[in-house]
Amino acid sequence: MKPFTTLTGIVAPLEALNVDTDQIIPKQFLKRIERTGYEDFLFFDWRFKSDGTPNPDFEMNAPRYAGASILLTKDNFGCGSSREHAPWALNDYGIRCILATSYADIFYNNCFNNGMLPIVLPVETIERLFKEVRASEGYKLTVDLPKQTITTPVGSAIAFELDPFKKECLLNGWDQIGLTLRHEDRIAAFEKAREAAH
Amino acid sequence: MAKNIYEKIWEAHVVHEEPGQDCILYIDRHYVHEVTSPQAFEGLRLAARKVRRPNLTFATMDHNIPTTDRSKPIEDPMSAQQVETLKANCAEFGIACFDMKDRRNGIVHVIGPELGLTQPGQTIVCGDSHTSTHGAFGALAFGIGTSEVEHVLATQTLLQKKSKTMEIRVDGVLPLGITAKDIILAIIGKIGTAGGTGYVIEYTGEAIRSLSMEGRMTVCNMSIEAGARAGLISPDEKTCEYLKDREYLRDQDHEALAKAWRAWASDPGCTYDRTVVLNAAGIEPQVTWGTSPGMVASITGKTPVLAQIADTNTRLAAEKALQYMDLAEGTPIQQIPINKMFFGSCTNGRIEDLRAAAKVVKGYKVSPKIEQALVVPGSHQVKMQAEKEGLDTVFKEAGFEWREAGCSMCLAMNADILQPGDRCASTSNRNFEGRQGKGGRTHLVSPAMAVAAAIKGHFVDIRGWKFNG
Ligand code: SF4
Repeated sequence: MKPFTTLTGIVAPLEALNVDTDQIIPKQFLKRIERTGYEDFLFFDWRFKSDGTPNPDFEMNAPRYAGASILLTKDNFGCGSSREHAPWALNDYGIRCILATSYADIFYNNCFNNGMLPIVLPVETIERLFKEVRASEGYKLTVDLPKQTITTPVGSAIAFELDPFKKECLLNGWDQIGLTLRHEDRIAAFEKAREAAH
Repeated sequence: MAKNIYEKIWEAHVVHEEPGQDCILYIDRHYVHEVTSPQAFEGLRLAARKVRRPNLTFATMDHNIPTTDRSKPIEDPMSAQQVETLKANCAEFGIACFDMKDRRNGIVHVIGPELGLTQPGQTIVCGDSHTSTHGAFGALAFGIGTSEVEHVLATQTLLQKKSKTMEIRVDGVLPLGITAKDIILAIIGKIGTAGGTGYVIEYTGEAIRSLSMEGRMTVCNMSIEAGARAGLISPDEKTCEYLKDREYLRDQDHEALAKAWRAWASDPGCTYDRTVVLNAAGIEPQVTWGTSPGMVASITGKTPVLAQIADTNTRLAAEKALQYMDLAEGTPIQQIPINKMFFGSCTNGRIEDLRAAAKVVKGYKVSPKIEQALVVPGSHQVKMQAEKEGLDTVFKEAGFEWREAGCSMCLAMNADILQPGDRCASTSNRNFEGRQGKGGRTHLVSPAMAVAAAIKGHFVDIRGWKFNG
């Protein structure tokens, strides 16, 4: 997995509550058996009109948000199904970091397993960022994972919290399976003890 | 010290714990389906890893498969490829696979309990959010992503952090006509779609205890719709009775098993981080009006009036939902007409659901306004049982289509799909935009309410239904 340390990038706003994984990537794109190549399916029903052309009413489609690597959104982002295709699609599109007031649990974990950083911020901060992003074209944020700060273009720093273990894993790009397999002897001992008990 | 069921299961499954790290939790059952597994098997192959415990891993095909004639090949080449890929992966890694023609085939969350694979006290995972269903048996069951599927395949464990616990107690006796589906929709309406985030829920109280195992599965199934990591119910006599003589439990000492199972139940006097109380007497038949399961009203209610919603974000969300649903503010729920009906899914596709619906249907015909009314059993065994009881005839005579088992129009990955503008009464669990087909509008209801709506062409209060026979 690619480590995540710092990131400076364009911020794309997605003003909606409870954005579910069916919106992030609709089911017809879950039939593929590959792990990459999902960028064109992200927010498909919102991004594109029925004739396949981009929907000008979808805010993220505005040219000023092209190349965004940070997504700004609201409560309970990623609710619904467990499909890891949702973070895959975001990642393939170029989003590496998400800012929201809260996330659905499975989606949140899935992000870390793909080297992406979902950050939880208080509602006032999120509302302020929405205003700032819309007010100035080319608005960029800098996310510093080691320091756990987000810096705005005027230089003010916003601190964020993160589970220390998740942070370690991201910073080092650790493969979780590899981590667990270091304890294979314990897994084997656990299995043996259970068999003996039955 | 008195412990709740979550604490007991957690403690019994911790393989390794280190300060500052997630726990390594042992997994007893790993269910696999065709949509969320191909990349996990591919990952194993790339890293030259094996499946650690193929005998604890069980695969089925449910999401992509047609509900029409099974003797014909799957028409959609991509669906066919996914199904074939699962078959090949199971063969390569030595995993039991209940493929489309196997008599044990069905929706993963229906067959696990039906085969007796799901048991109290287990940890159960699947690359599917509705894995919470199995919590009805007093198992800690939750959905995981594909990377985690790979992790479980390789290690038979998962890295986990302990959740907080929430007790949701439903006191009192359920009024006539009120079902498990109405309970869980009312709960989500009360605590919100993120109300359970960070928690494992245990459902308790008289109304929950009175539910059958099928009803308990319906409640636990939709725990994820409240944002919870898992939802479970302490095992009791009903749990043990349901599991008796199930395929994977035959030839075992049932009494000894039952005794061990019951010991997992929460101790009297145990505590939770949060408790929410509902009174069963206050629950009415529920119908969702919006695009999230929390956007729900009683059958006697109306769609919201935007000016009455104080919170700006909630109001904007409601406005957007009403727009998508093409509903005016303040519309009485009973005046909402439908043109499609879907009966099925892992929420309400079980034999008891079919029985309840058939009772409503008996002696009636589907309204001429309805363009399609699908009845899709949750598993092949459910279908066989229903046919043995003659339920299929009741549905067919009334004008419903009787189909083969599968996920079907719950998420419309196969050919069963809504067209733009369709309005569907559905017994499934998600009413998200486009869930059942782009531009389709979904109203979640109980099985009885769904078929009653199909007969009348609009939602009706099942409590006033005239039953024939
Ligand atoms: S029936 Fe619906 S919710 Fe259940 S597993 Fe299938 S697609 Fe998921």
